[in-house]
Amino acid sequence: MYEGVVQDLIDELGRLPGIGPKSAQRIAFHLLAADSTDVRRLAAVLVEVKDKVRFCRTCGNVAEGEQCRICSDTRRDLSKICVVEEPKDVVAIEKTREFRGRYHVLGGAISPIEGIGPDDLRVRELMTRLADGEVTELILATDPNLEGEATATYLARLVKPMGLRVTRLASGLPVGGDLEYADEVTLGRAFEGRRLLDV
Amino acid sequence: MSLYRDEGVVLRTQKLGEADRIITLLTRANGRVRAVAKGVRRTKSKFGARLEPFTHADLQIYAGRSLDVVQQVETIASHGDAIAGDYGRYTAGTAMLETAERLTAEEKEPAVQQFLLLVGGLRTLAEGSHPPGLVLDSFLLRSLAVGGYAASFDDCARCGRVGPHPFFSVPAGGVVCASCRSAGAVTPAPETLGLLAALLTGDWAVADASDARHRREASGLTSAYLQWHLERGLRSLRLVERT
Repeated sequence: MYEGVVQDLIDELGRLPGIGPKSAQRIAFHLLAADSTDVRRLAAVLVEVKDKVRFCRTCGNVAEGEQCRICSDTRRDLSKICVVEEPKDVVAIEKTREFRGRYHVLGGAISPIEGIGPDDLRVRELMTRLADGEVTELILATDPNLEGEATATYLARLVKPMGLRVTRLASGLPVGGDLEYADEVTLGRAFEGRRLLDV
Repeated sequence: MSLYRDEGVVLRTQKLGEADRIITLLTRANGRVRAVAKGVRRTKSKFGARLEPFTHADLQIYAGRSLDVVQQVETIASHGDAIAGDYGRYTAGTAMLETAERLTAEEKEPAVQQFLLLVGGLRTLAEGSHPPGLVLDSFLLRSLAVGGYAASFDDCARCGRVGPHPFFSVPAGGVVCASCRSAGAVTPAPETLGLLAALLTGDWAVADASDARHRREASGLTSAYLQWHLERGLRSLRLVERT
């Protein structure tokens, strides 16, 4: 145990995800040894991020205003919505530069064992967005795990009566890997989603 | 013995650190086991897909000091796609996994019957040969019976008088006769009691022929009976889609 404010700092850092007591202690002593200007800048950013950042009222992504950068960009394709679980998934897809439509962040996936059902996600908001008829394709980009697949199944069934084109991101072999190490589920899906080589 | 091999069903996964997961398994020989699976959240993980809930797998596990560590996994039956591809099956299956976890309270205490029941239940659910709601109710009644809480749907649960009896009492443990009837006892339809008995014994011809009204009543009684014995409600049960 350290005295007063040093221990408080270690305790607060230790509450962050993935940071155990040892890491918290190491970060605390790094901050104590760091230049005072750097620490003040970090503190200011922490306060600023809580004051300024909120969730986009349209898509649920992180935003500094009412709408996020993507929803307020008029050059984006309004006919396509890509549904993701978390804001960090938006960043991952944006890095590909393949998608020019807009997003909808659900805020998680359906997980009954954790007590998370459709009503705990931003499903109602998605249905409201789809109701205006402007969207023609819904891309389901939830995680390729069990909860993500079940969430995609639920959304596809919900949206089906609206007559939209509903697509799911392909699953298969990772680029740069060896085939022999692929598991049966992934390899099976890669076979299901094989494409014609037109050379 | 630092390394051991066992077959198990993945009950639950929880995120750990940057790319790891804690996997809760119901194994054949070692009962409920919690083990770390390293790097399985990375897309290049060589066994991430084999450690998804509902998967029945052959595992090699290193017995650690606090948590065990999964070393190798081979799939025996992967029910994930068949179950997650149907929302009704998914919600019913999740309630089965949570029940199996709750009824095996002690870690590493063998629960072979519970394991075999879960393997059979998941296989039936994935095949889609019976409605998911009925598979779930049958599993709940049978796993409670394996756990020592078998409900009686014929003879009086309190005095043993030969049935049939019209009253059902959750605290008494099933149907009760007129003289044992307590204040909270209900009077379900005789067909509902017949359906519950069929679900407990695995008489699928009777269960599949039942109508929606009796299925609804039977699932309500099964849920009440389960929650009474588990003391704390199942999170997943309220999200089960009953059609």
